[in-house]
Amino acid sequence: MRVMPHILGLAVSAALLSSPALAAEPLKAEVIHWWTSGGEAAAVKVFADAYDANGGQWVDSAIAGGDAARTAGINRIVGGNPPTMMQFNTGKQLDELVKNGLLANLDAEAAAGKWKDVLPKAILAASTRDGHFYALPVNIHGQNWLWYNTKVFADAGVAEPHSWSDILAAGDKLKAKGYIPFAHGGQPWQDHILFDAVLAGEGGSDLYLQVYGKDAQKAIADPKFAHVADVFHKLRDLMDSGMPGRNWNDATAMVITGKAGFQVMGDWAKGEFLAAGQTAGKEYNCIVPGQGGYVMGGDVFVFPLLKDANGQAAQAKLANLMFDPKVQIAFNMKKGSVPVRTDADGAGMDKCAQIGIASLKDPAKQLPSTSYLISPDEGGALDDVITQFLNTPAETTDDFVKKFSAAVKASG
Amino acid sequence: MTEAAQTRSPRRKRRIAWAPILALAPAAVVAVVVYIGAMLWTVRLSFTNSRMLPLLDYAGLAQYRRLFATERFTISAVNIVIFGVLFIVGALMLGFLLAVFIDQKVRAEGIFRTIFLYPYSMSFIVTGLAWQWFLNPQLGIQNTVRGFGFPNFTFDWIVNQDRVIYTLVIAAIWQASGLVMAILLAGLRGVDADLWKATKIDAIPTWRVYLSIILPLIAPMFVTASVLLAVAVAKLYDLVVAMTKGGPGISSEVPAKFIMDNFFERANVGLGSAAATVLLVTVIAILAPWLYSQHIANGKAS
Repeated sequence: MRVMPHILGLAVSAALLSSPALAAEPLKAEVIHWWTSGGEAAAVKVFADAYDANGGQWVDSAIAGGDAARTAGINRIVGGNPPTMMQFNTGKQLDELVKNGLLANLDAEAAAGKWKDVLPKAILAASTRDGHFYALPVNIHGQNWLWYNTKVFADAGVAEPHSWSDILAAGDKLKAKGYIPFAHGGQPWQDHILFDAVLAGEGGSDLYLQVYGKDAQKAIADPKFAHVADVFHKLRDLMDSGMPGRNWNDATAMVITGKAGFQVMGDWAKGEFLAAGQTAGKEYNCIVPGQGGYVMGGDVFVFPLLKDANGQAAQAKLANLMFDPKVQIAFNMKKGSVPVRTDADGAGMDKCAQIGIASLKDPAKQLPSTSYLISPDEGGALDDVITQFLNTPAETTDDFVKKFSAAVKASG
Repeated sequence: MTEAAQTRSPRRKRRIAWAPILALAPAAVVAVVVYIGAMLWTVRLSFTNSRMLPLLDYAGLAQYRRLFATERFTISAVNIVIFGVLFIVGALMLGFLLAVFIDQKVRAEGIFRTIFLYPYSMSFIVTGLAWQWFLNPQLGIQNTVRGFGFPNFTFDWIVNQDRVIYTLVIAAIWQASGLVMAILLAGLRGVDADLWKATKIDAIPTWRVYLSIILPLIAPMFVTASVLLAVAVAKLYDLVVAMTKGGPGISSEVPAKFIMDNFFERANVGLGSAAATVLLVTVIAILAPWLYSQHIANGKAS
C-alpha cells in the first residue's frame, strides 16, 4: 500500500519528463522571505537570478518584517498550502516544525554537496535535527557590530573606540559637537541585540552563555550582569528622541548621511552602506566592541513537505544552487554577511567580512545568537523587559534584573 | 370569513414553520461551529501548555498565573480602558458636533459631509502610518512649527511613555468621528420639522432644543454608534502596529496585540489563548448587563 503513491509519483514524473511541452515549462518556486530593504533585495536577487538562469522560475513573495513573514509562512504550512521555500531563523524556532513532520529533509542534497564537511559546528547543529538536515543555511551574520561614520568621528576628535566605556565617552564628545551620537532603531528586537552586544562585550563570553544557558538565574544574580545593565541603560542618553519605533535601515541612513555618529547593528547593515556606494575603512568603519565574542546569527531556508514531484524537483534545484560556493560568495558580498561554507574563498571580500571570517575560525569567539539558545517565547518575554528598561529612564537596574530573572523563570 | 381564517391559520403556521428554519440553518450552523466552537476551543487551549501548535494536555491555571504576572499584559489592560473611554466619548462628542454643524443647512453640505466621512474610508493601518508621520518629532508637527520660528515648541507625545496612549486616541477619533456624524445626521434629519417650528414659536434657544429635545429623540442612534465604536475598541490592533508598534518600550501595548504576538511570533498558543479568554470574559461582563436590560425593557413593552 505505501509503495503505491511512490510508483504513481514516479510514473507521473516520468510522464511529465517525456512530454516535451511540459518539460520545457520552467520549475516554479514560490519563495517567502523578508529581505525587503535595498541591500537585502539586491542580495536575494543573486539567488533568484541563479535559479532563473538554471531553468527555474523564481516567484518572489517578499513580506516586510521577519515576524510577519514567518507568521504568514507558518500559517500557510499549517493550512496545507505551503510555499516551495521559505526563509527562517536558525535555532529553536525550527524544532516544532520538524517535530510535527511539516518539513522536507535535505539529506540527499546535503550528502551530494558534502555540507557536513564545510559547515561550522554551531551552524551544523542548528540546521540538523537527529542527524537529518531540515534547513539550508545560507550565511552567517555577526550581530554585535558597531558601525561608525569616519568623517563624523574625525570631526569630533574621537578615536576608534574599543570597549563600551570608550563608546560612552565618544558619545559625549559627539553630542558636544552637535551630532546625534547613537542612531538606534527603537524596536524591541533591535533593543535586544543591542543588549546582547553589551552583554557579550562588557560581560564576556562566559556570562553571555550562562545567561542564555542552564545556569541563567545564577548568572543574572552576578554583579557583572548588573554592570552590563547599567552600561546598557546609559546608552539611552546618546540616542535622539525619534528613536522609538524607527526601522534599522533608517538608523543606518543617519550614519551614512553623517547625521549620527554610530549604530550598533548586525552586519546586514553593511548592505545599506554598499547600496549607498560607501566602502569599509573609508567613509565608514566597523568594530566588534568589547572582549571580542562574535555573536553569530544566520539565515536559513526551510523546505515545507510537498506532495507534487515538480515542487520537490524545484526544492532540490534550489538547495543545490544556493549552497554552491560561487553563488554563496556573490550572495554574501551583497548581503554583508559571511559565507556559511568555511571553504569559500573570502579574499575578495571587504575589511569587515575579513574580521568576521577570522572570528569564525576561532571557536572561543563563536557565540551563538539568542535564537539558537532560547525559545521564541523566552526571547519575546525578554524583548519586553529589555525594551521597557531602555525606554524608561526612571527604571532602576535592580528592578530590571528582577524582571529579567522572572521572565526567564516564567518562560524557560 | 372568520371561520375560514381560524381553521386555516394553524395549518399554515405548521406548514411555513420549516421554511425559515431551513433558510436559517446554514447561518446557525456557521454561528455555532465557527464562532461558539472556536471560542470554546480557545478557552480549552488556555488550560494547556500549547506552544506553537495546539496540544490537549491540562495545565490548570498556569497560563493565567503567568499572564497576570506579566507586566506587558497589565499595561495592555490599563491602556485599553483609557483608550476605550476617551475614544468613545470623544468620537461621540465630535461626531455629534459635526452632525449639528451640517444640520444647519450649510452651503455645499455634500462637500463637508464627504470630507468628514472620508477618514473612515481609510483602514487603521493607513491612519496609523499617516499619524505616525504627523506626530514624529523629527518629521511632523513639531518640526514644522519649529521651522516657522518657534524653536522651543514641543509636541513629542508619540515618543513619550506617559502620553503615547493619547496619540492613539487622537488618531482613532479622527478616523471614526465621521462615521458617528453620518449616523447621527440621519437621526437629526428624521426629526419632525413641526417640532422645530414649535420650539421657534416658544422662543427656546437652539442649543437648548438640541440638548433637551433632540438628544433624547436620537438616543437610539447614539446606542448604535456606541456599539460600533466599542467593537473597534475591543479589536484595536492595526492602529497600534502601524503607529507605535507598542512603544516606546511597551507603553502603548494593547490586549489584541499581546494575543497576536503570543499566538504567532512567540509561538505560545497557551498564553495567547489565556489572554484571549480574559478579553472575551471582559467583553461579556460589559455586554451582559446591557443585554439583560434590553431584554427586560422588551418584556415590559410587550
